[in-house]
Amino acid sequence: MISFSQVRKSYRGGHEVLRDLSFDVGDGELVFITGRSGAGKSTLLKLIAAIERPTGGTVLVNGQNIGSMRRPAIPYLRRNLGLIFQDQKLLYDRSVLDNVMLPLAFTGHLHKDALRRAHAALDKVGLLAREKANPITLSGGEQQRLCIARAVVNRPGILLADEPTASLDSASAAEVVEMFRAFNQVGVTVLIATHDEALVERLHPRVLELKQGRLVQ
Amino acid sequence: MNAWLRQHRQTFMLTLVRMAGNPFATVLNVMVIGVALALPLGGYLLLQNLGSVTKQVTGNPQVSVFLTPNAAKADIAALETRLKLISGIRTVRFISREQALEGLKRSENMADVVAALQSNPLPDAFVLETASDAARLERLEAELRALPKIAHVQIDSAWVKKLQSLLALGRTAVAILAILLAFGLVAVTFNTIRLQILTQKEEIEVSKLIGATDAFIRRPFFYLGLTQGALGGLAALAIDYACMRILNLSLLELSRLYGSDYRLGFFGLPDCLALLAFAGMLGWLGAYMSVSRHLSAIEPR
Repeated sequence: MISFSQVRKSYRGGHEVLRDLSFDVGDGELVFITGRSGAGKSTLLKLIAAIERPTGGTVLVNGQNIGSMRRPAIPYLRRNLGLIFQDQKLLYDRSVLDNVMLPLAFTGHLHKDALRRAHAALDKVGLLAREKANPITLSGGEQQRLCIARAVVNRPGILLADEPTASLDSASAAEVVEMFRAFNQVGVTVLIATHDEALVERLHPRVLELKQGRLVQ
Repeated sequence: MNAWLRQHRQTFMLTLVRMAGNPFATVLNVMVIGVALALPLGGYLLLQNLGSVTKQVTGNPQVSVFLTPNAAKADIAALETRLKLISGIRTVRFISREQALEGLKRSENMADVVAALQSNPLPDAFVLETASDAARLERLEAELRALPKIAHVQIDSAWVKKLQSLLALGRTAVAILAILLAFGLVAVTFNTIRLQILTQKEEIEVSKLIGATDAFIRRPFFYLGLTQGALGGLAALAIDYACMRILNLSLLELSRLYGSDYRLGFFGLPDCLALLAFAGMLGWLGAYMSVSRHLSAIEPR
């Protein structure tokens, strides 16, 4: 499903973020990517989502080569990915429900069907009662759950989460992690970038540890 | 196909909702476009009306052929026969010098002048009704001058030719103004869309992240440009219609003094629809240029 082979990524000025990275993630795996700040965790996720392109090596996602992928094909790749960010990237000029409906707007769903799916996603994350609220009125944990609902509403095969618990208290973080585990248990491949070691110890997942852009474990 | 149409319908409705949600900016933009379009459109309307007037006047151009004083009855009869044979002349009407004098006597303020005359100074004349255009009239005039017993040939619609030249000049001026203001309309839309893109930067970034295609993201901006342009065209038509109604109030008074009920006419439905389509297309063009220039700069990070 996801395959990295001798992947390098450097930015302008020659700063190399990832170096000779090789690993595979199979269908339905739960993988944690750990490492200190600046180790390259976010860049790794961005390569999978084609937000960044590798400088060298090969990144394959669902058989598609990210390095040679043409620009018009990228949206279709992303529709099979659920992206969750530390800063949530929610739209605060619309309701909770409209935020979740957004990914369904460009996949051609009938309004009735889209509404049903959005309600189901909100129900899964426990926010159905807040569907009409503005996201700004939600707590940090609720906003992260809303972000998860938006990520899963299109029923993606892969979930990518970048520091999803970084700004949450321990109770909210535990809730969010349980959600990821639940999605993983129904076959969704989940990759979580985190530096929260307690989280890793609690779940005992497969861990890819990065140090200065290299895989150490 | 259904999904594609549904997305277009939803996008168009969303555009209308967004425009209605920001009524002050929408009205202001539409009015700027409307006024810019109303100027050349009003000029074109006036020229069109003047053009139709001159067409009516020159519908059957008349030529007056004045004979020499020594033209005998036999000469006149022979000349009438020759005139009838010339192509381009529809009717030939003879007006004797006596008939002409009688006509003059019937004219207001001329009776006293005519009574004071000791002899009839007027010549015999033919009034010809032609079916010729301006270029052919010149050739006809030369042909008539070459005939015997003809003292003077006068084309009664010569002044119309000058007016038509002036109208052609006016049309060119209006066309130049229209082109300049069309650029203005494109520029206004370009800027409106640029601001809209900046306002929605976050939404565009998120949409790209979660799988929206460029076409999907561009679509609302195209509809905004198109709708704004078409509404601007509608405003231009409304402005010019109101101006025409106001002008007609004064024009009708003036026309009545000349025993006429002439008034300015407005564009027909096909012309109005063509203008709306043209304005909408200019709006779309402005949006296209703006989106092409600014949207690619917004990429998720």
